[in-house]
Amino acid sequence: MTEEQKIQNPSTDSNTAVIEIKDLHKAFGTNEVLKGVNLTVNKGENLVILGKSGSGKSITIKCIVGLMGIDKGEINVFGTDITKLDNTGLNEVRVRIGFLFQNAALYDSMSVRDNLGFTLKRHEKDLSEEEVENQIKEILDNVGLVEAIDKMPSELSGGMRKRIGLARTLILKPEIILYDEPTTGLDTITSREISELIIEIQKKYKTTSIIITHDMPCAKLTGNRIMILKDGVIHAEGTYEELEKSEDEWVRSFFL
Amino acid sequence: MNATLTSKKESITIYLKDTFNDIGKVTLFATRFFREVLKPPYEMKEFLKQCYIIGYKSLPLVTITGFIMGLVLTLQSRPTLAKFGAESWLPSMVALSLIREIAPVITALICAGKVSSGIGAELGSMKVTEQIDAMEVSAINPFKYLVVTRILATTLMIPLLVIYADAIGVIGGYIGINIHGDVNLYRYLSQVLESITFSDIFPATMKTFFFGFFIGMIGCFKGYNAANGTESVGKAANSAVVTASLSIFIIDMIAVQLTDLFL
Ligand SMILES: Nc1ncnc2c1ncn2[C@@H]1O[C@H](COP(=O)(O)OP(=O)(O)OP(=O)(O)O)[C@@H](O)[C@H]1O
Ligand SMILES: [Mg+2]
Repeated sequence: MTEEQKIQNPSTDSNTAVIEIKDLHKAFGTNEVLKGVNLTVNKGENLVILGKSGSGKSITIKCIVGLMGIDKGEINVFGTDITKLDNTGLNEVRVRIGFLFQNAALYDSMSVRDNLGFTLKRHEKDLSEEEVENQIKEILDNVGLVEAIDKMPSELSGGMRKRIGLARTLILKPEIILYDEPTTGLDTITSREISELIIEIQKKYKTTSIIITHDMPCAKLTGNRIMILKDGVIHAEGTYEELEKSEDEWVRSFFL
Repeated sequence: MNATLTSKKESITIYLKDTFNDIGKVTLFATRFFREVLKPPYEMKEFLKQCYIIGYKSLPLVTITGFIMGLVLTLQSRPTLAKFGAESWLPSMVALSLIREIAPVITALICAGKVSSGIGAELGSMKVTEQIDAMEVSAINPFKYLVVTRILATTLMIPLLVIYADAIGVIGGYIGINIHGDVNLYRYLSQVLESITFSDIFPATMKTFFFGFFIGMIGCFKGYNAANGTESVGKAANSAVVTASLSIFIIDMIAVQLTDLFL
């Protein structure tokens, strides 16, 4: 299986850090969620974050795209500290990042075509209608759902929504993709398909990713490196094999 | 005894604090609207779509209420005027009360119920399901796309709906008059038009812009700031209606005072 994983996961360039979080603190009132998170993601790497429900995984990646103000710390993305950027600067970084929401967050009032076109038309204004249509179809083809182009989000199943959400994330060809539980709530076969899709995207577009998941097969398949969040800090870090054999019983319990 | 008094005092303080807090937040929200409304890019397509939804889609409702307003007002006023032998003033009276007060306020209240709650629920559910966050992370300004377009649309459409309700109300009045007698349309209309002066139309129309602005603004504010969880969508819609209706009465009161002062 080690062999298989090596084949599936392209080697990563461990020299250049694309995302670098230093001493991140975030509290909601008296609820201190993050108490000094430090993490680095290198170019081309898939980093998996594990952790119990409510441990602050979603909060961490929301901070990376500036959806939430932070209390203390530094978040360097492409070498700039995004916590110090104004809205314009932040938006310049955001177009280079794709974000897959935990519940896909498709725009309910728009068809699948418009969900994808909405972002595309706003950021690439000189595309003709035909080029927009072609790009939408190309991306939908990547996630295997070209036939859903005219459907409304309410007509899609959970797995389809996740894929369309992923397609919408891909439409601007982002350099970083942040996946918030891409496989949660899906059957094992669909989960595996999505995991394979994530690896395919990594290879095809040379993306750097953070993948939050509770799904161990997905973590094993997609992750080059795994981090476990506990009590507001990174509790353990390593490859799947290393953590599986960890001395720490609590860490090992994830892999049972 | 003393303890309940203190706790009562405390709960009043908390209530007042919350109220002022909310007023502060609404003011900031409105300020943000004025800051962003003039900045390009303009979301023309969404604005027109909202005008269609808010204006055109409310027409049936406004038609029915406008017609009934005119009809009922005529039927109710007739006996009183007849008592003073002033029945011939009926068209003027109906037209004046309709245009100055009844049509603007009733139409605005109807729209607070239909439009403000609709916006509150729509934006509330977008907030709860992270659709607003999704726009934000794809570097699209959700405030501009969702809020600015809707507030502009209500500010423009409510006055038009009120003018339309005025016209329908006058027709309702004509039918009301003819239930008890026979007045020809030409005489009726000329009497109506004769009685209406600029100082009736102008303040009445001005205040409808404010009605429209507040209907849109409060709906957007409640939806955009909905808390997490599905039940907050219902809450947002509900409190949008209540707050918008209340603010319509307050604006109306202020408008009447101002009209008295200046005209
Ligand atoms: N907007 C918010 N306001 C207040 N508290 C919040 C908010 N968002 C999250 N929290 C709190 O922050 C903590 C972490 O939330 P987060 O969504 O990051 O968890 P998570 O690790 O992603 O969990 P899950 O696996 O269930 O998605 C939770 O205790 C939650 O109550
Ligand atoms: Mg989460």
